[in-house]
Amino acid sequence: MRHIISILIENESGALSRVAGLFSARGYNIESLTVAPTDDVTLSRMTLVTRGSDEVIEQIVKQLNKLIDVVKLTDLADVVHVERELMLIKVQTEPSSRAEIKRMADIFRGKVIDVTSNSYMIEMTGSSEKLDAFVAAISTHNIIEIIRTGATGLPRGTGSLIS
Amino acid sequence: MELSGGQIVVQCLKDEGVELIFGYPGGAVLHLYDAIFQQDDVQHILVRHEQAATHAADAYARSTGKPGVVLVTSGPGATNAVTGIATAYMDSIPLVVISGQVPSAVIGSDAFQEVDMVGITRPCVKHNFLVNNVADIAETMKKAFHVATTGRPGPVVVDIPKDLTDPNIKVPYVYPESVSMRSYKPPREGDQRQVQKAVDLLLSAKRPMIYSGGGVVLGEASDELRTFSRLLGYPVTSTLMGLGAFPATDAQFIGMLGMHGTYESNMGMHESDVIIAIGARFDDRVTGKLTEFCPYAKIIHIDIDPASIAKTVKVDVPIVGEVGIVLKQLIAEINVNGSRIDTEALAAWWDRIKEWQSVNCLEYDRESALIKPQYVVEQLYKVTAGNAFITSDVGQHQMYAAQFYHFDEPRRWINSGGLGTMGFGLPAAIGVKLAHPDADVACITGEASIQMCIQELSTAQQYQTPVKIINLNNRYMGMVRQWQEFSYEGRYSHSYLEALPDFVKLAEAYGHVGMQIDKPEDVTPALEEAFAMKDRTVFLDIITDQKENVYPMIEAGKGHHDMRLRVAPGTPIDRELA
Repeated sequence: MRHIISILIENESGALSRVAGLFSARGYNIESLTVAPTDDVTLSRMTLVTRGSDEVIEQIVKQLNKLIDVVKLTDLADVVHVERELMLIKVQTEPSSRAEIKRMADIFRGKVIDVTSNSYMIEMTGSSEKLDAFVAAISTHNIIEIIRTGATGLPRGTGSLIS
Repeated sequence: MELSGGQIVVQCLKDEGVELIFGYPGGAVLHLYDAIFQQDDVQHILVRHEQAATHAADAYARSTGKPGVVLVTSGPGATNAVTGIATAYMDSIPLVVISGQVPSAVIGSDAFQEVDMVGITRPCVKHNFLVNNVADIAETMKKAFHVATTGRPGPVVVDIPKDLTDPNIKVPYVYPESVSMRSYKPPREGDQRQVQKAVDLLLSAKRPMIYSGGGVVLGEASDELRTFSRLLGYPVTSTLMGLGAFPATDAQFIGMLGMHGTYESNMGMHESDVIIAIGARFDDRVTGKLTEFCPYAKIIHIDIDPASIAKTVKVDVPIVGEVGIVLKQLIAEINVNGSRIDTEALAAWWDRIKEWQSVNCLEYDRESALIKPQYVVEQLYKVTAGNAFITSDVGQHQMYAAQFYHFDEPRRWINSGGLGTMGFGLPAAIGVKLAHPDADVACITGEASIQMCIQELSTAQQYQTPVKIINLNNRYMGMVRQWQEFSYEGRYSHSYLEALPDFVKLAEAYGHVGMQIDKPEDVTPALEEAFAMKDRTVFLDIITDQKENVYPMIEAGKGHHDMRLRVAPGTPIDRELA
């Protein structure tokens, strides 16, 4: 099953490599990993998407918690949460297809952020599933390049990992 | 007080109460060594190879409970230390390793003797630090000792660039009294509801087993384990790392479990209905085939590291906490719990265990004209009255030591269990002797292992650490040879050591006493003679039976109930007992 693990970690050099190293050393798989500082500059927030059986996920959570730099973590799959991912996608356009691609982007609430005579760059956010759906929908056209940030997310409600 | 970075490191060690460090100088730590030279509080032991510095410091820690401290230079000094760091990591030994680093300005430029020590050691340390500022050294050192010694202990590396120890740059020095890390809060008490569940389960048991591990030794919980076990009267087995926490000569102790554990311990585990694992981690050398592990048992597991729980074996009642505290909680709960032990079932269980004990699984051929390694360890046990500190290397001799030297006290059995590091024994013996100058210290080793850190005979001479080296010399890498006999039809690929040195002359060349013994009747007198020489390191090269194997054995991929026993005299095949 897919799990989104949200980690609050000391913003120190090497913290990222400790997390990445743990996954490679123990043979866990990382689907995506995003990291950036938080409003507290001494802390970083990392979101990691992984897949595994319940036993494997339990070990991943425990091993991450064991890292000295990890302050706190939560598995978003356990709670009601909001998940978002940013995608930039560059599509080749023909005079006949431009309107349709634009319309499709609109349906998915994407924005065209760069235009040439024969291409669009579309910016889109949403759950990873939604982005997958858009990519599938537009795949009849010629996709030049896609970049995705990997998922990030927060639990719904007033709670916080920091508090 | 204004101090240079080099002085700060030394002052931190003093303030931490460190009396002894093990190391080897080099370019990146010259400032530090200069600071060491100019004081007398912290004694530095110069080894002959950085691996030995880590093993000696590690054994110092294992035998005292205090953290071991190592000082090495950058590059090769640091990489040489890695095997010892990994050894300490696998056995959860508190170690602070200070490594020099090239100057900050040239880090990342492939400078002379530069390696990314923090990167290299990351998978085999509890934590590591690269210090960026002279003013951060003291706090980092405090954190290093705190992390290394609390919770589940482990090695911590502090990598210090050379410019930070410059004698001309001085900063105010304050050693923090305490340290608080928001990301690191080791657990202490166990959850009381879990404790209650555990006691309910324990008291309902008909075929219980107490499975104790190295965590009891590390957690200084030997007294609590004894009280707890005696209160229940249940059979006690131990891992290799836990030996001594419960007295081996106590009738309740049924021997080590696992690959070369006793038949009674492994059969007991297999048939048990309730197992309590105390500071043990269900290592693969203990469990054998996981799908056949303890099929009838409900399992209680006490560990300070939540990640150890349910890592390989699913448990019914996990308790996360400090082992000594949790044992006290269990004892208190047993005393107030309404249920009582099923004494009838327990008596029947002990009868069953006695049947297994009657197999006499450790018996060997006592009539042999060749020296049996088991006999040597038995005699060593007698000659030292069971009171010696025993270090070992890795292989057959390690198993004989574990099986035949009956440890009644914790911290007496010093060996590399998790990583299985050949070369550990001799530097470990030196580390133990420095910590316990009046105690008998013996290193049980083999002719293959001893050569991996043989240069430390020179350290033993320099610091006059009179240890006794019991070299069980069978001219084979014994354990490799045994596996090749069992699993590779006797194709002894590269396990025979040709061109062995004359160990007697070698010992003498280093300034020690060397003896060679090749007859069984000479073993005891030689041991007595060696231990009578209180102030000499003695190398006993004991020529043992080349084909002797360690029994009993759970072969790879087999379960506890499927042990290979020694072929009984006169019978062509292993005795069928399962």
